[in-house]
Amino acid sequence: MLQAIISMAVVGAVFGGLLGFAAQKFAVPVDPKVEQIKRALPGANCGACGFVGCSELADAIATGKVAHTACTVGGTTAARDIAKVLGLEEETEEKEQPVAHVYCVGGRTECGNRYEYDGIPDCRAASMLQGGGFRECAHGCLGLGTCVRACPFGAIYIDKNGLAVVDETKCTGCARCVAVCPKNIIQMAPRSRKVHVLCSNTEKGAVVRKICKVGCIACKACVKACQYDAIHVEDNLARIDYEKCTNCGECAKKCPTKCIVDFQLGAEAKQAS
Amino acid sequence: MATRTFAGGIHPPEYKEQTNSLPVEQIDLPQQVIIPLHQHTGAPCTPKVNVGESVTVGQVIGDSDAFISAPVHSSVAGHVVAIEPLPYFNNTRVLSVVIEVEGDQVWVPDQDPLDYRDINVEDIRQAVRQAGVVGLGGAAFPTHVKLTPPKNKPIDSVIINGCECEPYLTCDHRIMLERPQDVVLGANIARKAVGASKVYIGIETNKPDAIRVMQEVAGEEQDMEVVPLEVKYPEGAEKQLIKAVLDRRVPPGKLPSEVGALVQNVGTAVAIAEAVTLGKPLFERVLTVTGPCIAQPKNLKIRIGTPVSHVLEQCGGFSQTPRKVIMGGPMTGWAQSSLDVPVVKGTSGIVALPESMVSEAKWHNCVRCGKCVKACPMFLLPNFIGMYAEAHNYDKAEKFDVLDCFECGACAYVCPSRRPLVQFFRNAKAEIMARRRRA
Repeated sequence: MLQAIISMAVVGAVFGGLLGFAAQKFAVPVDPKVEQIKRALPGANCGACGFVGCSELADAIATGKVAHTACTVGGTTAARDIAKVLGLEEETEEKEQPVAHVYCVGGRTECGNRYEYDGIPDCRAASMLQGGGFRECAHGCLGLGTCVRACPFGAIYIDKNGLAVVDETKCTGCARCVAVCPKNIIQMAPRSRKVHVLCSNTEKGAVVRKICKVGCIACKACVKACQYDAIHVEDNLARIDYEKCTNCGECAKKCPTKCIVDFQLGAEAKQAS
Repeated sequence: MATRTFAGGIHPPEYKEQTNSLPVEQIDLPQQVIIPLHQHTGAPCTPKVNVGESVTVGQVIGDSDAFISAPVHSSVAGHVVAIEPLPYFNNTRVLSVVIEVEGDQVWVPDQDPLDYRDINVEDIRQAVRQAGVVGLGGAAFPTHVKLTPPKNKPIDSVIINGCECEPYLTCDHRIMLERPQDVVLGANIARKAVGASKVYIGIETNKPDAIRVMQEVAGEEQDMEVVPLEVKYPEGAEKQLIKAVLDRRVPPGKLPSEVGALVQNVGTAVAIAEAVTLGKPLFERVLTVTGPCIAQPKNLKIRIGTPVSHVLEQCGGFSQTPRKVIMGGPMTGWAQSSLDVPVVKGTSGIVALPESMVSEAKWHNCVRCGKCVKACPMFLLPNFIGMYAEAHNYDKAEKFDVLDCFECGACAYVCPSRRPLVQFFRNAKAEIMARRRRA
């Protein structure tokens, strides 16, 4: 018994000593700032900044390769913390975090399917089939959840109507979903803007009317309703200039197909429309 | 008969008896033709006509300055009523010229037939390009590019592809029976263009009459040999055909010119012959309209741009409701969601299948039976690639050489779990290529 205790203690002491020696001898000098910056970052490794993960971004910020505001996800809070670590004097400006929107509200009930699809559940795969997918609308949301899987924050879900929906409270604006959507219908918009044209179909009004109940038919009623010159029709599709938009919601009231959605009206109003 | 072949592959039922004894027919022209300006692999064409303009048969309506591209010609006489993006047989919309058919629809060559032996190589390539000839087997790769091999890679053998390994299709079979002289002429022109010495004509042994006819005609030519090949899918795939005929292996990611070979489909050979000797543009092609749902299956010579609905009408419509209408062969073709799409240069057939022949069973997980590994003619591991692609692990899929897959569908055909393997691979390939473009 005693023998065992002594031998284990000796072995432990020898290896402990070796490890301690190695730790000092082969130590890699790390800028303590990197560690602190890393702590200030969200740690989601989402890659929105263009670096492989948060560690790499922290490294880049510490060495001055990129500005301390490079993390969109962390936003102003993270930027201010990092500024403290770096000892920056000037006050970090309040920057608005963008939010993703799915520019399509034509779900199963509004826009039908042209054929049954029983292939792999991936929007990119489905969009490579004839006609750009199984939906009537070649521009619409396929609802197979490629964006859901890409979102590192669990901010997107597929609703009962077969549409991808962004949960604004969870979205951090990393734009991962924007990159994977084969239909290019997820776009970033300023968080403070609450009125959006949720349609991406650029075909003529008559064509859209046939295939989707909530598609933009380029009737220009919204253009007339807008007092701020903030909405224009280009390529048969209305688009809001978010710099001019004042969230008045007049266009959403006038839109005959209700593809312009005013998020200020709350969830019930959105469902009803 | 001694037959050569490649390793791997499958034996699907052939179903060719419906149409293989029917001569090629012409049908009435439709009221309108829709001619897409991007029917080939390579750069799309820009329109060379305007709305309202009248066009003649064989007039150039679209062209491009890019080398890998081919001009598009009007297949009818009439006037242009629209130029807009319209549905195409694969994926998305393609800018197309819509022509209202009117007037005299006969194409007359403006030259006496030339002897190809008097034409120099550069002029042959020019004539082929101007005629807009592309591979008629299905991939629609511009033929003049194939006839211009890299200088440091001499080509010694031309292989004429008469395998027609896809089930149902018989258009190449009929071309060999009805126009063997033109096939041989096209082969000779291709041989001259690339400076090759030998010509091989590969035909599967399920077409003994075609083998006999081609042997008779080819026997009179120097260094031309008909090679009977085992009936197996995909015998007519470029790399597999080279392996079977020449016993040479094209390295992964390389072209047949790497091993000194050039492969042309029999239909393409005829198109080359017509383009060079008569100056005839590629505005019509032979295709097979078949399947249990077609009232009168036929082999047809069809003007490019004819809507599928019109073709089906001319074949007596459907005898029973089809579950799937496929453009191309049943193995590599595209299921259609609309019959308004036009027949294009690469359309080798229209196949309509009934409910009973379309599997709607749900697909399941891989059961590790290894049948796909045995079937794969490229010696890939479809089981692993499929699982990696399903897990979105595209790096690993790339390591397992998914990019060498040419989507023949042999793996998916034999899979007892009915896994949509080809779709997995297509998705993985698209994703890998997108990542490379971003990098």
